[in-house]
Amino acid sequence: MTIQYNPEKRIPHPALWGVLYRSSTPFWEGAKQKELRLQRCKGCGAFLHPPRPMCPHCLSAESEWVRAKGKGKVYSWVTYHESPNPAFKAPYAVVLVELEEGPRIVSNMIDTKPEDIYIGMPVEVVFDDVGQDLILPKFKKAG
Amino acid sequence: MVEYVKGIPIMRPYIDQDNRGYWDAVKQHKLVLQRCRVCKEFYHPPRPMCPVCHSQDTLEWVPSSGKGIVYSFVNFTSDRMAYPAFKLPYSVVLVELEEGVRITANTHEIPAEEVYIGMPVEVTFEDLAPDFTLYRFKKRGA
Amino acid sequence: MSENIRDKAAIVGIGVVDFSTNIGRTEWYTACQCIKRAVEDAGIEMNDIDALVKHKDDGPDPSYVQKGIGVDNLLYHSESKYGTSAMLDAVLAVTCGAANYAIYYQPAHRASGPPKSLSEYRVARELKDDMLDLVRYDFYSPFGLIDAPGYVAMNVRRYMYAYRATPEQWGWVPVVLSENAARNPKSVFCKKPITIKDYLDSKMIVDPIRQMDCAPKVDGAVAIVVTTVEKARRLKHPPVLISSVAMGTAPEGQVHTSYSRKNIAELPEMASMAKELFRTAGVKPKHIKVALLDDTFIPYVPMQLEALGFCKKGEGAAFCEGGDRIRVGGDLPINTSGGAMAEGKFDTARIVEAVRQIRGTSPNQVKDADFVLVASGAGMPADGMILRRA
Repeated sequence: MTIQYNPEKRIPHPALWGVLYRSSTPFWEGAKQKELRLQRCKGCGAFLHPPRPMCPHCLSAESEWVRAKGKGKVYSWVTYHESPNPAFKAPYAVVLVELEEGPRIVSNMIDTKPEDIYIGMPVEVVFDDVGQDLILPKFKKAG
Repeated sequence: MVEYVKGIPIMRPYIDQDNRGYWDAVKQHKLVLQRCRVCKEFYHPPRPMCPVCHSQDTLEWVPSSGKGIVYSFVNFTSDRMAYPAFKLPYSVVLVELEEGVRITANTHEIPAEEVYIGMPVEVTFEDLAPDFTLYRFKKRGA
Repeated sequence: MSENIRDKAAIVGIGVVDFSTNIGRTEWYTACQCIKRAVEDAGIEMNDIDALVKHKDDGPDPSYVQKGIGVDNLLYHSESKYGTSAMLDAVLAVTCGAANYAIYYQPAHRASGPPKSLSEYRVARELKDDMLDLVRYDFYSPFGLIDAPGYVAMNVRRYMYAYRATPEQWGWVPVVLSENAARNPKSVFCKKPITIKDYLDSKMIVDPIRQMDCAPKVDGAVAIVVTTVEKARRLKHPPVLISSVAMGTAPEGQVHTSYSRKNIAELPEMASMAKELFRTAGVKPKHIKVALLDDTFIPYVPMQLEALGFCKKGEGAAFCEGGDRIRVGGDLPINTSGGAMAEGKFDTARIVEAVRQIRGTSPNQVKDADFVLVASGAGMPADGMILRRA
């Protein structure tokens, strides 16, 4: 079961307004296209998440954005019983998914009750149009 | 002279426990200054401790004569630096009160070109809103 | 830090404006108030102060406080970030001769004042640049992972998974802290001891973090006077020697959200800081008689015991279980003032309690407290001190 929102409240949006370019912009552009994209260093091939201007391993400033396979495993999760923001209705779970490519991303499950989530659960990405001009990458149980 | 542009909010002072007494008096059209009962020094802007004797409970509000001279001034004539709520031109004066402290405010019915250092002025008040009063300085005796 | 600074600086005065839920004054006011008390405790004059240091978030900036206390000149001033890392500024200033008497002041009115927390900043400020620091919230906030308890809970879940740590084990930390708080006449939030059942029954905020795992917001003001040991010897109290002070960080860090690290169930910043801290002081964990640990989030307490070297990796929760080892009289008494249970979230309160332990004036005094450790910054760049009896 998916996370429930309060329709009159504004869901926190990524801060992209008023700035020509931010390291994280291509991630959200990909989400709008319903694609999970990750930043990859052109110098050494390392995946960089969160996105950043320079690769900490080889110090290259050249990077590209590639499409991630969208598969991964739940690395950790939390269940809110008291909502921290009026846009979100408790109870709801937030997962930390370790993608096959290595990076870990925070998200929500679209089809799993909080009590059914477990570490190691295989998941795959889906895209949720939550309205308010926002499309979020979320996960469903794989297989 | 200060005239305001309709629709743009005038910035209000942030009132806290240290300066509440000051702004409460302004509401009553009174200018008060902080003074240490022991050291007899006047302080402005308001502060939480007498810097001389370091006492925190000997500071009291004493009515000011409201009279002083212009110590320095700025005339805003170009909109590059001015705040949009104000119609140009407007003046801001730094007045040295008789008590010795200096206080900032706008002028009241003094044309910009007539302001000069040393000009004798005295305080006057204007209610800008039911809950918001500000003070200004007019020509002494006017 | 070089071993040269070992025992070269000392804490000579502490000033506290009592903790409460509504202090009723501005931070500028309580800054002046706690500094005045610290100066009196040290037996120096206000005009002896020539360095003011603070945490970025707490209180007016040094020039404002200088004006408030009526000091003519500051030879050194700074604002630092994370924990109590401003202590390093104070120690560096006096040991290098940049200043004579430094004061670290922390007036923080989190209960009655405007918000200072991470996510509230993010909402209040307009992002103008590619600030990794704040933009990272974009990867969490749209999914409802908002504010520190949630971020911490994600790490604690892995702590439970990796080392079989349970709330039934770390819940003994608030139990022991409540016992200490009950004997502390200045305790604000806890006047009588709780049981482990009380802890387990307390409201779940964000599983696995409970209400009692989160330090309450509090108002208070603390000032600490630091000077060289030579000057200290001429003053009122026997000096509380600063054997060492250190900071530590680790790769791929983000405050509470270092989710890309190989293992997120540990505090590598603390471990890195501890290495420096013990080396500079020339002592080992076994020499420490009392530890004042960062209890903003209770599950970070057993993780600190591991990172600081008081027990092996993964054994922190078991160390706390039953409470005997962390009580006064146990192997390593912790947070003897009652910590967060008594005083809420207040970093410099730990330094005050450490000074009292060295001076022998704590409400829960540990016998022969000759070496006391203070740690701050769990889940973020860490800092710490080892204090020693002269």
